[in-house]
Amino acid sequence: MTSDTDQLRTTHLKELEDEGIYVMREVAAQFERPVLLFSGGKDSICMFHLARKAFYPGKIPFPLMHVDTGHNFPETIEFRDRLVEEHGVELIIGSVQEAIDEGYVKEETGPDASRNALQTFTLLDTLKKHQVDAALGGGRRDEEKARAKERFFSHRDVFGQWDPKNQRPELWNLFNGRKNPGESFRVFPLSNWTEMDVWQYIAQEKMEIPSIYFAHRRNVFNRRGVWLADTEFVNKMPEEEVVEKTVRFRTIGDATCTGAVLSEASSMDEIIQEVASARQTERGNRHDDKRSETAMEDRKRQGYF
Amino acid sequence: MSESDVMTDTKYLNMDLLRFTTAGSVDDGKSTLIGRLLYDSKSIFEDQMEAIERTSRSSGEEGVNLALLTDGLKAEREQKITIDVAYRYFATPKRKFIIADTPGHTQYTRNMVTGASTAELAVILVDAQKGVLTQSKRHAFISSLLQIPHLVVAVNKMDLVGYEEGVYDDIIKDFRKFAKKLDVDDITYIPISALKGDNVVDKSKVMDWYNGPTLLHHLETVKVDASNNIVDFRLPVQYVIRPNQNFRGFSGRIASGRIRPGEEIVVLPSRLNSRVKRIVTQDGDLDEASPGDSVTLIIEDEIDISRGDMIVRKNNIPNVRSEFEAYLCWMNQEAMKLGKQYLLRHTTRTTQAYVEKLVYRMNVDTISRESADSLELNEIGRIKLKTSQPIFYDPYSLNQKTGSFILIDPDSNVTVAAGMIRAGSTLSGDDPAETAEEVLDDRDGEFKGRPASPDVVWEPWNINREIREERFAQKALVLWMTGISGAGKSTIAKELEQKLWGEGRQTILLDGDQIRHGLCGDLGFSDQDRSENIRRVGEVARLFFEHGNIVICTFVSPFREDRDRVRKLMPEGRFVEIEVTCDPETAQTRDPKGLYAKAKKGEIRGLTGYDATFEAPVQPDLQLNTDELSPAEAVDKILKAIDVHIKPE
Ligand SMILES: Nc1nc2c(ncn2[C@@H]2O[C@H](COP(=O)(O)OP(=O)(O)O)[C@@H](O)[C@H]2O)c(=O)[nH]1
Repeated sequence: MTSDTDQLRTTHLKELEDEGIYVMREVAAQFERPVLLFSGGKDSICMFHLARKAFYPGKIPFPLMHVDTGHNFPETIEFRDRLVEEHGVELIIGSVQEAIDEGYVKEETGPDASRNALQTFTLLDTLKKHQVDAALGGGRRDEEKARAKERFFSHRDVFGQWDPKNQRPELWNLFNGRKNPGESFRVFPLSNWTEMDVWQYIAQEKMEIPSIYFAHRRNVFNRRGVWLADTEFVNKMPEEEVVEKTVRFRTIGDATCTGAVLSEASSMDEIIQEVASARQTERGNRHDDKRSETAMEDRKRQGYF
Repeated sequence: MSESDVMTDTKYLNMDLLRFTTAGSVDDGKSTLIGRLLYDSKSIFEDQMEAIERTSRSSGEEGVNLALLTDGLKAEREQKITIDVAYRYFATPKRKFIIADTPGHTQYTRNMVTGASTAELAVILVDAQKGVLTQSKRHAFISSLLQIPHLVVAVNKMDLVGYEEGVYDDIIKDFRKFAKKLDVDDITYIPISALKGDNVVDKSKVMDWYNGPTLLHHLETVKVDASNNIVDFRLPVQYVIRPNQNFRGFSGRIASGRIRPGEEIVVLPSRLNSRVKRIVTQDGDLDEASPGDSVTLIIEDEIDISRGDMIVRKNNIPNVRSEFEAYLCWMNQEAMKLGKQYLLRHTTRTTQAYVEKLVYRMNVDTISRESADSLELNEIGRIKLKTSQPIFYDPYSLNQKTGSFILIDPDSNVTVAAGMIRAGSTLSGDDPAETAEEVLDDRDGEFKGRPASPDVVWEPWNINREIREERFAQKALVLWMTGISGAGKSTIAKELEQKLWGEGRQTILLDGDQIRHGLCGDLGFSDQDRSENIRRVGEVARLFFEHGNIVICTFVSPFREDRDRVRKLMPEGRFVEIEVTCDPETAQTRDPKGLYAKAKKGEIRGLTGYDATFEAPVQPDLQLNTDELSPAEAVDKILKAIDVHIKPE
């Protein structure tokens, strides 16, 4: 028997992929109106890839959903639209701009103004409008302390909120997606992945990702140690000086708060080398997490991804 | 991670994955240990490090408090937030690790069961100053209940006991004694100081008396996937893919076993037969699928199959039953209610279920049985369950994927319990109507790979056992003595038989050596041959049993599965498992057959209790320690225990 089990060994990436596919299929089976939250970032691209594998040769049985802050990098939006067209999937867009225009939320002001907090409203609103009962998110437990204890199937009350006191134990691979009408779930198929796993998987599967992940020349300025892109969305202070640098992004979010890293990595292999020797967590470049110690936890309770 | 540790692509791609759990009482140093593992293996980023340096400084500590790395949980405990398990990740160039870190407060049992359910290894921390406490035993017991194949006992804070070998020796002696009661094959003991770093990642410079591996080295080299069942093919159907009229695929993750195109399959519950046509994945069709693979099967025939069905191999089907026994861990504030309707989630199948009976509650601290009316939060018990539709299961000890389930309260939708189905649980202990015939019905499910020959029809005995029992004025019984060579099985068995015979009973003693000379003369000592040996002995025992005898069997029988198989041949209550134990050293001194001497000289290999494992019974009907009992005392104990069994009504 020993020699047999030895042959069984799969790599950790295969194990994570099998697990991710399993979760995708559970979601399709247990829920009526799931969506896959798609930001155009590497994690959501991985999820999309897993979803295709899960239902091959059939189509992915649920739509993608993008919460568009209106402050995205144009490269991300181009990438998103191309992917949707190529694979013929349905895309639902929730627009933060619309919510602002209709007066549901107010634009922040000041130099650190960001639409991050406003996203939560649009997300919940769009989920509700489409009666979504399960939203697949690309969250990983290694990202941040607050996520370390998150479940694969995370229960949300009728207000879309996460009640940390009322989460269900998760045993073996038996996921309990039962709920009352109006309640919903966030499901995280990449829970057990690390940033390194994601990059390795993208390389292994030869996936396409938006160009801003690779090193490129860009006008940036430094704010409290974070390199922010000089875009029309950011309120620059007079003393903040714009310089051209070779940079790339480790995560993709709102242009107002996603920091770039100085990097020459222009191929997948170079990115992987860089991630392996990185001295900062990827969220270390996220301006939004730096605002308070428990920033992430607070936003999560309100229904952030 | 520093530049010098940059992992090259290929190295990283070939890594495997170990999921482990950590257990310890509050302040045993669990957070410090995890922090140390992450820190010394260079898995901590600069911004994380700066953050904890800042906090350490502001709370006036000298040096960096590594415990802060995982400290998220502490604050939450104060806020009374339920955290059962926090997951942490790190990788070395050899392996990727997932730590299920369970906080050590009062809800411990529930948390640890949750963390243990996906773990292949458990690290149990013992504080060297305090020794083996009730808590440590509890952790070990839960690990064995959840069938975690590898256990590490990390004796921490060695720096506070002067790195004394004696202290460490006493602790592991203590633990070993206790661990004999448990069903864990592989226990590794390591003396460490999480605070100073001794034997965590780097070898201790002070404890030169310890020659074993460091904790990280052990984690990097321990065999993974040891609990995978590669024999019994089971595919719980998760989802049906039907993009068009020409394609109908049944998707799921292979729970156990393997399958290839062309092989015959049976679908449960319909029991319709077909063959596998293709194993489809987006990356191309597979020649073979193995445990853990997420695949899509296409089969030859048009059979109606939906989620919750199970695809299995033709001559190897699981139990199909709506009544069984299980160990249950209760996880909810609201206590278990007998007769209340719950939902049972098992593989991809959901059905209504109720707990018919609480056989006993387990006192986790003393590992003893207690009678009780209900199970409260964090309590574990053995229960009898009925479901509205049959489920397709294997005992948890043989197959974790098809032997586990959860209960959901339909009123709150919350997961309230975790269950592990018992082996041999198809018979209820107190129903005399369930006779040997019924045991036979179960055979195709339980006798893996050795189905009864299809042409042989079971004939009832000409003169049945009951009639013979009446004539002999006794009830037939099988007494099965298991234990390593030199434990004292034969000595006790011989005295016991003399005594019973003297009382006028019909008896027979089946002894390992005698059987091996005759009936099993063609078998060796490979795992396979050992199993076959026990299978034959079981059948012989059964014949004598049906003849109305008290059958005394003395066989090392190192494998639990084999013994359980024999147990199932007899009606419940008629198979008494007696574990005969002693300190391994005692056995080696006794060495009645000179086997240990030979093993030491390297003349023989695979001697149970020396260089081959002995799977101790989880719950023997009787345990006799011959370090403490004389043969006569042992015989007395047996006689007392079987008194109720052998007297006719
Ligand atoms: N001297 C010594 N102290 C330790 C060791 N490991 C942990 N400690 C201390 O024991 C206390 C509790 O440790 P902590 O990791 O918070 O325990 P937890 O509650 O199990 O997570 C802290 O003050 C640690 O510094 C060790 O190996 N040696």
